[in-house]
Amino acid sequence: MTGQTDAKLEQVCKIIEKHHSDGSKLIPILQEIQEVYRYLPEEVIDFTARKLKIPAAQVYGVATFYSHFALTPKGKYLVKVCNGTACHVKKSIPVLNAIVEKLKLSEGKMTTDDMLFTVETVSCLGACGLAPVMVINEDVHGMMTPTKAVAEIDKILAEEAAK
Amino acid sequence: MTLDLKKIAESYKAKIEERRVIVCAGTACVANGALKVIDALKKEIEKAGISVRVDVHEENKNKKDLYLSKSGCHGFCQQGPLVTIMPENIFYVKVKPEDAAEIVETTLKNHQVVDRLLFVEPSDGKHAKNHNEITFYKRQNRVSLKESGHICPEDIEEYISEGGYEGAKKALTSMTSDEVCKLMLDSGLRGRGGAGFPTGKKWQFTLVNKSDVKYVVCNADEGDPGAFMDRSVMEGNPHSVLEGMLIAAKAIEGTKGYIYCRAEYPLAVKRVKKAIEDARSLGVLGKNIFGTDFSFDIEVMEGAGAFVCGEETALIHSIEGQRGMPTPKPPFPAKSGLFGKPTVINNVETLACVPLIMRNGAEWFKKLGSASSAGTKTFALTGHVANTGLVEVPFGTTLREIIFNIGGGVTDDQGKPMPDGFKAVQIGGPSGACLTPEHLDIPIDFDSVKAYGAIVGSGGLVVMNKNTCMVSVARFFMRFTQSESCGKCVLCREGTKQMLAMLDDIMNGDANEETLVKLEELAHAVSQGSLCGLGKTAPNPVLSTLKYFRDEYEAHVFNKKCPAKQCKALCAPEIDPAKCKGCTLCAKKCPVGAIEGAPGKVHKIDPEKCIKCGVCKETCKFGAVI
Repeated sequence: MTGQTDAKLEQVCKIIEKHHSDGSKLIPILQEIQEVYRYLPEEVIDFTARKLKIPAAQVYGVATFYSHFALTPKGKYLVKVCNGTACHVKKSIPVLNAIVEKLKLSEGKMTTDDMLFTVETVSCLGACGLAPVMVINEDVHGMMTPTKAVAEIDKILAEEAAK
Repeated sequence: MTLDLKKIAESYKAKIEERRVIVCAGTACVANGALKVIDALKKEIEKAGISVRVDVHEENKNKKDLYLSKSGCHGFCQQGPLVTIMPENIFYVKVKPEDAAEIVETTLKNHQVVDRLLFVEPSDGKHAKNHNEITFYKRQNRVSLKESGHICPEDIEEYISEGGYEGAKKALTSMTSDEVCKLMLDSGLRGRGGAGFPTGKKWQFTLVNKSDVKYVVCNADEGDPGAFMDRSVMEGNPHSVLEGMLIAAKAIEGTKGYIYCRAEYPLAVKRVKKAIEDARSLGVLGKNIFGTDFSFDIEVMEGAGAFVCGEETALIHSIEGQRGMPTPKPPFPAKSGLFGKPTVINNVETLACVPLIMRNGAEWFKKLGSASSAGTKTFALTGHVANTGLVEVPFGTTLREIIFNIGGGVTDDQGKPMPDGFKAVQIGGPSGACLTPEHLDIPIDFDSVKAYGAIVGSGGLVVMNKNTCMVSVARFFMRFTQSESCGKCVLCREGTKQMLAMLDDIMNGDANEETLVKLEELAHAVSQGSLCGLGKTAPNPVLSTLKYFRDEYEAHVFNKKCPAKQCKALCAPEIDPAKCKGCTLCAKKCPVGAIEGAPGKVHKIDPEKCIKCGVCKETCKFGAVI
């Protein structure tokens, strides 16, 4: 094990301790663990189950039930295109398609090979007044068009290239 | 020591004069750059030599100093960032950081109005100086949203100065649990989350079940796409929710509270958490509240992205750390809910009404609404409508009033007014229905819309113009419920999948007469064979569109045409000879070489070769491909 994984596991232990190893706090525990790893690695699911003294199947069951939990790593930039009703009738799908095409992604492959971007749809971000809406990590971008969305991606690509 | 709310209110008022600049800092305004506007305003105000404070409690500041404060959502998100100047009550819309200097110079120093930043009424082009001159606000009756957009949501003292926590104090210090339940029952308050069950009755059912531990759960899992009133309340006035929970706790003898908020609302979570901390340190949450022997505390739990968790039994299992799957009722949560204890679950908007009823009385609330549905309801008005936003109106208001007067009428896809463009309005989210022009004059309340296969639900209203394909709308909701089905009931899990496949067939031109018959049959089966509200109501969008827009389905199935020209597979593109300039761009882009024509001459599409990919339509700069 490398030093980095040790440090991360230590953080996991701290999270579990903070919640008093209480199995009923499984969802907040997994949410906090996901913040550490940006996804839920299989061995961490097993580890958490042992610590909480509940079957790994139960932890896995919860992790797969809720859409916020990811079992595979996500990109550095998480692009969420809202496809709630208001965004949908204001043409959010062309926005999504433009991003997918720009990043050369396809259904079933929504993370770029360089792990820079993961693209998802969400059902509603509650910013319907600005439909269609797109969120990149924490930043909300309203009144999107395919062109504006691609421009946002280009901006990030340029920033990353400059690093 | 008893908490003296009046003293807090007085000391707050002593800190503030009327001079104040309020910038909306709700999710949408922040997305539009509200925080940058605040920074720019602060800089410009200081530059102009005006003494300013961003926190009213700042030490060494004079009460005459200008207070630059943040507020919660005004519900007029499309026009954001919104800036209000008090005491003149000037309301600026779409403010940019670059406008700060002019606002400071013209309005703050010279008390004049910057006309170009005022809202322009779409109907008559007039500039509106404040809320009272804007039709969108003028025709509303803002009761539960009144303080959102005005008070600073992160300041408990300001909430108290507006009469906040007086209701809770009254309930805790001078009323019995029975009396609190009775008051809610008398007020006619019904659950705003969807089902419309009388809140007082729910509380009474929970009160009669004796237990050492009882829970009050606030359902803030606002999952209906197109609904954001709960987010707005939590962001704009979080203490009203806490106070509502405190009163609910008194009513049921509750000991612990949970707010289950969806994680898609980070700002709401942040504000509610801050409100809880402030309430604790002031002593309105915790042990022996208001000097009584009553103790109550609240914890926030963030959802993890499952629509079904809005269903109360599923929500309970989710707080318990399990998969959020519904279980049969009975036992009702009132008897055996969270961790097997009696539990009352109320929606955010419902809880926000509770302190107001406590303050103003049951009769006051009852008079606000219609005969069967007391009070006001907030609708989230979105889609193809001029003014999108939150609209709070008394129950009994018509859709025509909401969409055409308050909403300013229907727009086309570019947002331009489209008189006669109204096609349908989707009410009640994925469990709701699409209503048509003939329904515009029904007074909307919990019971009236049921006759038309619709529900008020959480209050989402999505307006659709004539360019909307109703089959694709039905498919949109079906796709949503299909992916959100928890998988427990066979008919919900498999039935929604098959219904979705049939809708796809219809949209792809692969359907026949039998498809429509089977679709309708299966819709009824899914509704009957599902345990919880998700499955029971999942077919509603299909059934209502089948009922009111059957001709559109038939055009797809029999004529293989999409009347709204939205379903790609059914729309063979044609070139309008009047608009075609012969630029050759479409012919170059066509992947199958189906377009012929010489430069400068009108082009033509060969329907035999065309694969209906739509590239020509996207490419044409003259709108000649139809």
